[in-house]
Amino acid sequence: MPTLSEAASKQLLAGFGVPFPPEHVVGSPDDAAAAADTLGYPVVVKLGGEGIAHKTERGLVRLGLGSAEQVRDAAGALLAAVTPDDGDVHLLVAPMLRATRELIAGLHNDPQFGMTVMLGVGGILAEAVADVAFRLLPIERVDAEEMIDDLALQALLGEFRGEPAVDRTAVADVLLGLSRAATERSDLASADLNPLLVVDGRPVAVDALVELR
Amino acid sequence: MAGSGGGAGTDTGRFRALFEPRGVLVAGASTHPGKFGFVSLHNILACGYEGKVFATNRDGAEVLGVRSVAEVDDLPAGEIDLVFVCTPASTNADLLRACAKKGITAAFIASAGYGETQTDEGRQAEAELVALADELGMLLAGPNGQGVVSPPAKLCAQIVAPYPPRGHIGITSQSGNFVSSFENYAQLTGVGISRAVSAGNAAAVTVPDYLDYYADDPETRVALAYVESVGDGRAFVERLRGIAARLPIVLVKGGASAGGQRAAASHTGALASDDRVFDGACRQAGVSRADTIEQAYDIAATLATQPLPRGNRVVVVSTAGGWGVVTADALARTSLDLIGLPDGLRLAIDAELPPRWSRNNPIDMAGGETRDTVPRVLQLAASHPDVDAVIFLGMGIQANQAKLMREGPFWPEHGLERIVAYHERQDARFAEAAASVSEATDKPILSATELAITSPANAAPAAVRASGRLCYASANRAVTALDHLWRRSRWLQRRGLPIR
Repeated sequence: MPTLSEAASKQLLAGFGVPFPPEHVVGSPDDAAAAADTLGYPVVVKLGGEGIAHKTERGLVRLGLGSAEQVRDAAGALLAAVTPDDGDVHLLVAPMLRATRELIAGLHNDPQFGMTVMLGVGGILAEAVADVAFRLLPIERVDAEEMIDDLALQALLGEFRGEPAVDRTAVADVLLGLSRAATERSDLASADLNPLLVVDGRPVAVDALVELR
Repeated sequence: MAGSGGGAGTDTGRFRALFEPRGVLVAGASTHPGKFGFVSLHNILACGYEGKVFATNRDGAEVLGVRSVAEVDDLPAGEIDLVFVCTPASTNADLLRACAKKGITAAFIASAGYGETQTDEGRQAEAELVALADELGMLLAGPNGQGVVSPPAKLCAQIVAPYPPRGHIGITSQSGNFVSSFENYAQLTGVGISRAVSAGNAAAVTVPDYLDYYADDPETRVALAYVESVGDGRAFVERLRGIAARLPIVLVKGGASAGGQRAAASHTGALASDDRVFDGACRQAGVSRADTIEQAYDIAATLATQPLPRGNRVVVVSTAGGWGVVTADALARTSLDLIGLPDGLRLAIDAELPPRWSRNNPIDMAGGETRDTVPRVLQLAASHPDVDAVIFLGMGIQANQAKLMREGPFWPEHGLERIVAYHERQDARFAEAAASVSEATDKPILSATELAITSPANAAPAAVRASGRLCYASANRAVTALDHLWRRSRWLQRRGLPIR
């Protein structure tokens, strides 16, 4: 199954109302530095492309860059790490978001139940914690709201460490956006929003991976 | 299956032939008391079926006083609606053709030797049987099923026990043994059933088909189903969703953990175990999914006998302390809310009880229970606008002591006879009060005591049973059942459906 690049995945899902941070796709270290100046510091720079899947494992994500010089150096190092197998590549420059809470959301085609939408508690322990809720597509707003209610770690969704409570309507909007994406794009095989950060109580997806049939 | 309405050639008509037959034929009746063909006839006759009973037997022998015939052709036409088939699979095609000629429109096939054998021959025989029933316009239940029970028709056409009391729970199961299990719970609790059918291999009529019929069946208020394989999961859940809007469905799924997690490229896929997806699908469809068989019966019996709560605000009323404390703990693990006592309610109860009562929720009456205070406190709690449901604990203590006195060496002297009668009357009154206040306020009141199973004859559980309700074997079981009631109510409310 073909996998879309992170930038293309985000573009597709943003069309259905999934919130992403403002990002710039650029080709050179100088353009990356200019983009970072526009966004304000700190920023994240990632290497992107259809052939690039496991960015973190390959060290292709550079976090917390605080100046134009750091951005230029990081961008140069990322481009130097490109291998011939990677195909066309680009640089993704995005603001560095800080969040104590991470959710995960996505679409999955179940062999028995067809397309499903998922919401869960995210972070590196997501699969071990496995606090997740599924629904069959399409979903209504009431289904999305009940998925949020289904999560066991409700304490994580209330006011938390000085941060406001999670905006449940905005989380439901993400799930409804995923549902619409799957309904309208019949070529969509799966999607991951991981992590779906909670920033000032609102969900923002800082990574996306879409598979097409 | 297509066609609706109530006529003989319609689905409803054929289901009526299964559950309310005018006459029943046992095909393959046997003189050997160990054979299905004997046991099924025995159960039909022993449980008081009032329609005509016929039997076929290879030798035309008399079985249990029924004069059998060797051939279906020798039976009268237009008097039999249901055939209960115990004959070998190889002879069943001819049998069904002959039955159709006599006007029989429903067949329960107990015979084995079909798809369950996992052989090509078995599967082919099953497919041919389904095609034949279709051609004959006959409802085909089974094959390889244990039977059908319908207390409103006094029908116990099954090869196992027991014959459960009449009530409003409609049961269907892919495992015949769990039909028996549910019937045993009906007998134990006194909360009875409307229909019970073992779907067997469910070759033609499937679990959702039975549930669909139950939704329109005036005898049935709640459906209870056990499934293992759901085939096309999406189609199954979508049918259940359509039915759940009309009828509460309690479901137990066997093999819930069998699938486990599959390898998947995405994180979402890695988290999508069979059971998590099925669980979400049930919540979406408004199906009450139970973890265990006894929990399933508790939930179904509660849905069948208690009004739905409008909200999740619970008051616990207890005659003594410890029970209330553990019930509060159990409530904290659910979507129910053990509310703080509203001031007005606290003041009103102050006027009824001695000052040592708990003055908060759980309401611990601390020995202040009398024939007057228990009904008054239940009435005050249940009728308060901020209260949606009540859990009532601590009945039967005095009647339990009464039992020891009645069975002891001093009975009936020393004033024992009088005090025993008083205690038993008192505990019966408490249970009756719970039922009548619940009816008057249209709010659920769940009464719990382990005496329901340790000493079912105790006046308290006996009176709960007599009121037609379930006496919960523990407070935590009452809490779990009430939680499911609230979730059902919330599902209906959020979708603008009538709360029933």
